[in-house]
Amino acid sequence: MKRGIGFLLIGILFGIVLFKSEAASWFRIYEMFNFKSFHMYGIIGTAVTLGVIIIQLIKRFKVKSFYGAEISIQPKEKSIVRYLIGGTLFGLGWALAGACPGPMFALTGAGFYPILIVILSATLGTFLYGFLRDKLPH
Amino acid sequence: MSWIFGTWPWYVSGMGIAFVMFLLLMMGKKFGMSSNLRTLCSICGAGKKASFFNYDWKAQKWNLVVVAGVIIGGFIANNFLTTDNAVQIDSEMVSELKSLGFESAGEAYLPKEIYGLEEMNLQSILILIIGGLLVGFGTRYAGGCTSGHAISGLSSLQLPSLIAVIGFFAGGLFMIHVLFPIIFN
Repeated sequence: MKRGIGFLLIGILFGIVLFKSEAASWFRIYEMFNFKSFHMYGIIGTAVTLGVIIIQLIKRFKVKSFYGAEISIQPKEKSIVRYLIGGTLFGLGWALAGACPGPMFALTGAGFYPILIVILSATLGTFLYGFLRDKLPH
Repeated sequence: MSWIFGTWPWYVSGMGIAFVMFLLLMMGKKFGMSSNLRTLCSICGAGKKASFFNYDWKAQKWNLVVVAGVIIGGFIANNFLTTDNAVQIDSEMVSELKSLGFESAGEAYLPKEIYGLEEMNLQSILILIIGGLLVGFGTRYAGGCTSGHAISGLSSLQLPSLIAVIGFFAGGLFMIHVLFPIIFN
């Protein structure tokens, strides 16, 4: 229960940041892919720079989780084709709908209900991938 | 305190996202929003059709709680922390979008031409469906989305994530610069 409240609070913080940074705005995504503003690059750049430092510190000092367990970062499996094709398809959808999986939920809470169509079709898209998985190059 | 009600600067937002990733690691989990779409499939019984969805989704319940939080966060942000939610994008972008038929550019959070409930039409619904399908299919094929690859993966210096992010941009640039002029003319 206590952990559940922790996850809920983390989600609330994330949702507020996504909405207030306008990373959940279709217009910001359009602007980003036109290289007309630093805003989105600044957000991702700051998050990744701090993220690299955080993960290096966790590794260097063998930081334990809140529950005393070791924090392990699983390496992603090696491949080029799945990341390139999958990534490109994702990018096409990201630019068209102007929303990726995090912002979709923030927009739901913000009351932009047509986003539910995007969430539903994204779930269906995930299902299609699972269904065709064995036939796709990885 | 008035800064809270405007657009949060990029460095505040970037710090916030890094902090979210840090907290999830400290909770013994990892940052990744698109896995929830797979969990939703499993809950709906997709495991009967594809073994990819036969896994212990109950172990992923924590991430659905994060999603519930994101929904609440979006509600709080739009209703209590925002006075005017119009997104002030670059003025050149505004005129370009207006010429493509997006009259709401510079005056709304999302384009009414795609996300307006009253303006809904066959084209806008198709855009939402196709966009969603591509995001859902692509993210699972690539094994992650913006949070899992662009933030988490790049932060742990993983080459696969860099390849995925290059793909994100290849697809996004192709959509905006090649397909948009065809779709919206």
